[in-house]
Amino acid sequence: MTSLPLLTLMMVVPVLGAVVVAALPVGSARLVRPVALGTTLVTLVLAVAAWVAFDSGSGTMFQLTETHSWIPQFGVSYALGVDGIALALIVMAAILTPVCVLAAWNDVDEAEFGRMKRYFALMLVLEAFMVGVFAATDVFLFYVFFEAMLIPVYFLIGMYGGPQRQYAAMKFLLFSLAGGLVMLVGVIAVYFVGPGGPDGFLVEKLIGGLDGSTVALRWMFVAFFVAFAVKAPMWPVHTWLPDAATESRPATAVLLVGVLDKVGTYGMIRFCLQLFPEASHWATPVVLTLAVISVVYGALLAIGQTDMMRLIAFTSISHFGFIVLGIFAMTSVGGAGSTLYMVNHGFSTAGLFLIAGFLVTRHGSKRIPDYGGWQRVTPVLAGTFLVAGLSSLALPGLSSFVSEFLVLQGTFMRYKVAAVVAALGIVLAALYILLMYQRTMTGPKPSFAEGEAPRDLSLRERWVVAPIIVSFVVLGFFPKPVLDLVNPAVDKTLQIVGVTDPAPTDASGSAK
Amino acid sequence: MPAVLPTAFQQASIDYLAVLPMIIVVAGALVGVLVEAFAPRDRRHPIQVWLTVGTLLVALVVLAVWSRDHQAVTLGGSVAVDGVSLFLQGTLLLLSVIGVLVMAERFGGVGSDAFTPMGASTPGSTQEDAATRAGYATSEVFPLTLFAVLGMMVFVSANDLITLFVGLEVLSLPLYVMTGLARRRRLLSQEAALKYFLLGAFSSAFFLFGAALLFGYAGSADLKVLASAIQTNAGDLDGLLLPGVVLTLVGLLFKVGAVPFHSWTPDAYQGAPTPVTGFMAACTKLAAFGAILRLTYVGVAPDRWDWQIGVVVIAILTMVVGAVLSVTQTDVKRLLAYSSIAHAGFILVGVLAFSRTAIGGVMFYLLAYGATTIAAFAIVTMVRQDGSEASHLSQWAGLGRNHPVVAGTFAFLLLAFAGIPLTSGFTAKFAAFAPAVQSGTAGTVMVVVGVLASAVTAFVYVRLIVLMYFTEPVEGVVALQPSVPSTIAITLGVAVTVVAGVAPAVVLELANNASQFLL
Repeated sequence: MTSLPLLTLMMVVPVLGAVVVAALPVGSARLVRPVALGTTLVTLVLAVAAWVAFDSGSGTMFQLTETHSWIPQFGVSYALGVDGIALALIVMAAILTPVCVLAAWNDVDEAEFGRMKRYFALMLVLEAFMVGVFAATDVFLFYVFFEAMLIPVYFLIGMYGGPQRQYAAMKFLLFSLAGGLVMLVGVIAVYFVGPGGPDGFLVEKLIGGLDGSTVALRWMFVAFFVAFAVKAPMWPVHTWLPDAATESRPATAVLLVGVLDKVGTYGMIRFCLQLFPEASHWATPVVLTLAVISVVYGALLAIGQTDMMRLIAFTSISHFGFIVLGIFAMTSVGGAGSTLYMVNHGFSTAGLFLIAGFLVTRHGSKRIPDYGGWQRVTPVLAGTFLVAGLSSLALPGLSSFVSEFLVLQGTFMRYKVAAVVAALGIVLAALYILLMYQRTMTGPKPSFAEGEAPRDLSLRERWVVAPIIVSFVVLGFFPKPVLDLVNPAVDKTLQIVGVTDPAPTDASGSAK
Repeated sequence: MPAVLPTAFQQASIDYLAVLPMIIVVAGALVGVLVEAFAPRDRRHPIQVWLTVGTLLVALVVLAVWSRDHQAVTLGGSVAVDGVSLFLQGTLLLLSVIGVLVMAERFGGVGSDAFTPMGASTPGSTQEDAATRAGYATSEVFPLTLFAVLGMMVFVSANDLITLFVGLEVLSLPLYVMTGLARRRRLLSQEAALKYFLLGAFSSAFFLFGAALLFGYAGSADLKVLASAIQTNAGDLDGLLLPGVVLTLVGLLFKVGAVPFHSWTPDAYQGAPTPVTGFMAACTKLAAFGAILRLTYVGVAPDRWDWQIGVVVIAILTMVVGAVLSVTQTDVKRLLAYSSIAHAGFILVGVLAFSRTAIGGVMFYLLAYGATTIAAFAIVTMVRQDGSEASHLSQWAGLGRNHPVVAGTFAFLLLAFAGIPLTSGFTAKFAAFAPAVQSGTAGTVMVVVGVLASAVTAFVYVRLIVLMYFTEPVEGVVALQPSVPSTIAITLGVAVTVVAGVAPAVVLELANNASQFLL
């Protein structure tokens, strides 16, 4: 244990960075981006320090805890702490943010000083909220971050996005806000069925301490689940995601899809399962059905897209279906797979969005038919794009394979039909990724006017791609560090829910 | 034979320290009238501003220092100075200070910029021109404000139906006059004043009729006597009770702008001089909710199973109608008017929880909403096109480009109205909704409707933010440079919005401790 309030620091540093960036005087345009990048790197160091300080073998539920009374009249505390799942997601966010800052280097023209300052300041504020939302161990505090997070994202999409940005930003905000407000009713209700008191919103006090009628608890589960399903996003409340993803800048899309949407799946584990075990069992059939529909529906629609960013967004809907499937299968293998999937999906989506973004900046079009044969012009770009794609379609040896396999295995242990149908998603994934690669990168060499041939990845862009590819390979061959981190937390969750893994069966069907 | 005198006439005992804030305010108002009569015209404006703000601040200090320790039912049982009325009176004084500072804005002119130089002149007449040239200014709005504040202070502490009615009238009459005094678009302003006056007179009549029926039922105007009469079920005049309750509630719900008694709100808000609109939206609403709290909790609570369901329906209607109609508004003042209707619904949800925490929550809401509202209307006064207020939404397009501070502040206040966390709007909503969820199924249903209505209103506010930030600016729309008083007012409003959102514990503690009625 360390005496430094690491988690708070990880929020204070980006906020300070944002203030510094926003306060830079006119004429210091060159400083904006280095300051922003430096801030995110300091945060990354803090995240690594938190990982080092974290003790996987510890029996306590949360570590690195900080608890201060905030609004005792409401029962609200400023309580932070992480278990393995939360820490893994925070580290992922801390890695992806500098990558995104680097990728967004030229998104805003240096001539528009004010606009550029605000762009990077908003990103830094968003990073602080991302840490906060995963680290909050007080339901109210979680809700505060959950909602407050919408504001920077809203401006990032609405001020810096593509031609339809206002529509996309508004749609994003309304979906999230409506879901969130429904959750607010659940948040209020949880307090009154819980133990109450000046710190009655602490997750640790609420787990197992809810004393309400079965019906009431089920309604509360629904209130929470709706918000997380919108966020995740699951079919049929996913429609905001493709618009938001295609209209925002690639870096914003990464933070949105790669990190923020994980709040939905993370919330399902932390709140839906842990607070309402009985209701979770009750809802499992419906949730699994929706998850399987998401897997197949997202994959099918991805195949039909002609807009690269929309395509990637639909692949994410499919992948989020897998994650939810693993969570609600309620097996230790599925839970660990889902958590690992959350991390892997963050990186593989980042790879796809950012490299596709590099492609778009070179040619100015998001439409797949406008490309073709680019591997002959920009071989490094094409190669990295292929690797990111292969990771996304879960090629063995790359990270997503491990998690997807674990999810399917974990699901199959209990829900065979769901696992079999969901496995279709893997086949379809190969289709949509390889078709996109084929249409954009292979084929005859495109002709460009003299001197206008696009250049291959610059040094900065290579630095963006490198950490992502490294993560594919490392987590693909050696996922143990992450699994060690999340396994105790997953086991703890299942213990709270009160399920044990079904015993393996042999061919005759009898338990060994 | 001599006339029959009451056998024992007892002079009512008065706890002067308890009512001293009210006495100070009325004294300040009377001095203000004398200033109008005797001070030279060009000196009146500064004198009145200093006098009014000073009076309100002194009353606030007296209230915080002395009256707090003199909680009593005094003036023969007609005024209850208890935790609730002290908190509400204190909040009223604070909000009035902010409101008066906004009214004092001159933008470099002779008198207050928002008010016509001569209310009696016909709009567009030569007489009006002459008044303007002569440097007339309606500085009498300041004493009028003080009288209205006095009425509100009486309203929130009135412990019998007669005093309640007196408070209602004392607060309403100055507001009717002030509504008609706008400098620009005077016909609209006068029309608004007339509507407000006529409908207000109607609602007063309703209230008075209801009060008479309740008096007939209980044999006394005193709220406590009324409550015990309902409890013992002594009278054989049961038929008078429910009509009496309904009619008095109609009178009070009219003042908060609850649906279906809301139709005056958009017109009056749009027509009134904008600083007055802000003052009305914050303070009238606060006073009326204070009176509703006392009437329903102290007076007719024992009978609530008979009338509560009706108010539940009104609360739901208020939230839904306010939220939905705000979507179609094209005028920023009307938009804020409909939003204030929706907020009245949210507050009613808290009122209907019938618990001590609910009183605290409602009072906190009133403070938070009031401060945000006055600041928002203060900003509306600053945005101009061709010298007059640019209140049409299309004129707000692109304001964020040219006036980032003004637009940023307004956007922040809008987020507070929308109830985004880390603003006062969220904590206030939580404070009002939590007791409602606790109170049972009806409360939970109202809260669900409330959060859905919040989502609708959030759309409206965010659309306005979009308009300010993401669209091209309109030619000729400028935000005037505010003077020191309005800057202070806006800063205070924003500060309350931030503090009540980020660190609400102290204020909530105060509100919760004060949430006890003295019987």
